[in-house]
Amino acid sequence: MGNILGRLKLFIPLAVFLVLAVFFYRGLSLDPTEMPSALIDKPVPNFSLANLENPESNITQNDLKGKPYLLNVWATWCVACRQEHPYLVELAEQGVNIYGMNYKDDTEEAKRWLARLGNPYSMNIVDDEGRLGLDLGVFGAPETYVVDSEGFIRYKHIGVVTKDIWQSKIAPIYSSL
Amino acid sequence: MIPEIGHFSLILALFLCIFLSIAPLVGSFTGQTLLMQSSRSLATGFFVFCTIAFICLAIAFGQDDFSVAYVSQNSNSLLPIYYKLCAVWGGHEGSLLLWAWMLSAWTFAITLFSRNLPLEMLSRVLSVMGMIAVGFLLFTLLTSNPFDRLLPDQPAEGSDLNPLLQDPGFIFHPPMLYMGYVGFSVAFAFAIAALIGGRLDSAWARWSRPWTTVAWSFLTLGIALGSWWAYYELGWGGWWFWDPVENASLMPWLVGTALIHSLAVTEKRGVFKSWTILLAIFAFSLSLLGTFLVRSGVITSVHAFATDPARGTFILIFLLFAVGGSLLLYAFRAPQVKSISRFDVLSRETLLLGNNVLFVVMSATVLLGTLYPLIADALGWGRVSVGPPYFNALFVPLMAIVCVLLGIGPLASWKKSPLKYIQNLLFKPLTISVILGLIFPAVYGDSYSISAAIAAILGIWIIATTVAEVIHKTRNASSFVAGLRRLTLSFYGMVFAHLGVAVTVLGVTLNTIYSEQKDVRMDPGATVEAGGYEFLFYGVEQVPGPNYTAQRGKIEVSSDGKVLEILMPEKRNYFSGGPSMTEASINSNLFRDIYIALGEPLTGGSWAMRVYFKPFVAWIWLGSVFMALGGFMAIADKRYRAHVKRKNPAVETVQSSSADQVDTDLAGAKV
Repeated sequence: MGNILGRLKLFIPLAVFLVLAVFFYRGLSLDPTEMPSALIDKPVPNFSLANLENPESNITQNDLKGKPYLLNVWATWCVACRQEHPYLVELAEQGVNIYGMNYKDDTEEAKRWLARLGNPYSMNIVDDEGRLGLDLGVFGAPETYVVDSEGFIRYKHIGVVTKDIWQSKIAPIYSSL
Repeated sequence: MIPEIGHFSLILALFLCIFLSIAPLVGSFTGQTLLMQSSRSLATGFFVFCTIAFICLAIAFGQDDFSVAYVSQNSNSLLPIYYKLCAVWGGHEGSLLLWAWMLSAWTFAITLFSRNLPLEMLSRVLSVMGMIAVGFLLFTLLTSNPFDRLLPDQPAEGSDLNPLLQDPGFIFHPPMLYMGYVGFSVAFAFAIAALIGGRLDSAWARWSRPWTTVAWSFLTLGIALGSWWAYYELGWGGWWFWDPVENASLMPWLVGTALIHSLAVTEKRGVFKSWTILLAIFAFSLSLLGTFLVRSGVITSVHAFATDPARGTFILIFLLFAVGGSLLLYAFRAPQVKSISRFDVLSRETLLLGNNVLFVVMSATVLLGTLYPLIADALGWGRVSVGPPYFNALFVPLMAIVCVLLGIGPLASWKKSPLKYIQNLLFKPLTISVILGLIFPAVYGDSYSISAAIAAILGIWIIATTVAEVIHKTRNASSFVAGLRRLTLSFYGMVFAHLGVAVTVLGVTLNTIYSEQKDVRMDPGATVEAGGYEFLFYGVEQVPGPNYTAQRGKIEVSSDGKVLEILMPEKRNYFSGGPSMTEASINSNLFRDIYIALGEPLTGGSWAMRVYFKPFVAWIWLGSVFMALGGFMAIADKRYRAHVKRKNPAVETVQSSSADQVDTDLAGAKV
């Protein structure tokens, strides 16, 4: 009896691996860059979070309404955000309305980053605990949401916004709003 | 023509590997010597044809043959020749070819250095290597052929190698890393061969030990090089980002570290056999998993070259066969009999077991953090991401415990180590490290930092206990120097590697605690003071490069009026397009780096500059070099060469068995 139990124990690593393999299989069919957010065509969740540039005042979802905008999730610890940043600056110069959501980040580092690399954002929401990120279903930084003037999410892009992606995917939606 | 020769060689290599994975294995069961002996020539053929394929791709790059799709995607006629040749592993397809070539080289090396291995064992080991190779070669040929042509519309110019990769770090980092990754396949092959044969004596542990150590040393160097490269190339002074690709290399390293220690116990004391086998399987599985994660697109990462679900499916099936198959074999064949030799709660065995468990837990922690977004998503918990805070919160305390154990382990003796005996040996190192550690933050830095004190205590603790160990070992010799001469090279290897851990730990912690960053505005001709240094800015000028133009700043760094160095940070715009690349310029010494990166131009020739002060940053990589060097010293030990001459019948004959060969000259085996 003890022998059988002892032998069964040796199957544990195999079992763990098979469970992981099932997740990998699911992962293959869930393409993270194509996956639409569950919030598409739903309003931006309610929130009230500090403004990065002006920590005394809070920003809520209503402050963003009025014009269509991009909501860009970024952080200083995110290597890809760094790659993306120059293009965001370029877009902002072209008049694209971008709000930033500084995600799980160090606020001081974030301010330095903007001072150094340029600030493409009209305002920055401080989501240091990742609460809004959770409500939005953020997968990882960078992510960009296209939101209309009424505050409804129209599109979500996961990963770096490049010129190609802007022109082929985001700009058509953004300019139609 | 040349790419076709390469392609054809790769196909030939595949067929040789199919034979290699079957014939010798069958021979080892039926006792047909001819079939077993075929393993050597098949393995050699595999190496030869992989080499030809690899050279053919290199020639295609050298000749700017842009009709080859892979060349046109990763090279450009303006690229300097050394980057053209490295561009062979600049993308997905070529990386796989490098992987396959490394595998063939390791397989060939087994045939060269295993003259004293029983033929039965050798043929099984080579067969397992052949099976792995079949998987990789099929993957390369079916989903990622580097020799595919773009005909008849061949492009006139290539789209260039990713500018981030155009750096000397890229010449050495991937080959080193892959040497390590792929090297664990040898340990894996030995473990599987032992399981197939059903004979898990300490002999297989002795055979696979040097291979594992070499692979581990290369992996150590590979990871360190990658981290160093990220540090100076990305232009913002970071050296580790907990990026999925970095994690993919760290996990096999952690398990590999557990494995080399566990192998030592299995060889010397004949215990932990199943555990060691399992670690060997894990180390290589994690290497494969790393490949899967990076190549399949399951986890998005900045490093990912190409993501393609077809490739992902293939790798997943391959993983199922390789990992699932070996774990199934393990479940049926691993010995469950409790080891004969007993050991006390307080003994070197226990401490090494502690080390093993800690390293496996750390590896599991990293694995969980890397896979968590995927698991949470598949379970419908929503999409979450795990940033560096998670990794740091778990990794740092675990590593601290490792440091404490590392000091005690080598001083404990096998089987049984009375508490009193260890206490006596540890009293002095403990006193020294606590006193020096507490003093350090008071002398260094502006304000007293408790975490710096803890870090210093841990680092000095490792150094002090290691020195105590050396002194303890030489106590019976006529003089200290005479004693030093009598110690074995493998013992010195251990000493070096452990000192390396101390150096890296000190580097990582003190650098994290004391790093400073200043953003300064520099006007041409004016001096700025920051961090106790003066920076004289000469200005920024346009400089042409082979395939880019650069804006190069010139800054004279001086301390107390003495010029230290003229630093020239650059911002490069590559002709092939893309965002501009920052090339930082660094004044480095043993105790700190001054790291300058060019920021943005301001009005009137002034520039914004980022200046980082990075204390002890070089220690991070210096320690890694020590660790790797320790590994290489251990395998250079004469005991691995002595076996050839020893004429040990148990090793010479096919029937070798039993755990009775206990060497006493092992690293630190003598008390």
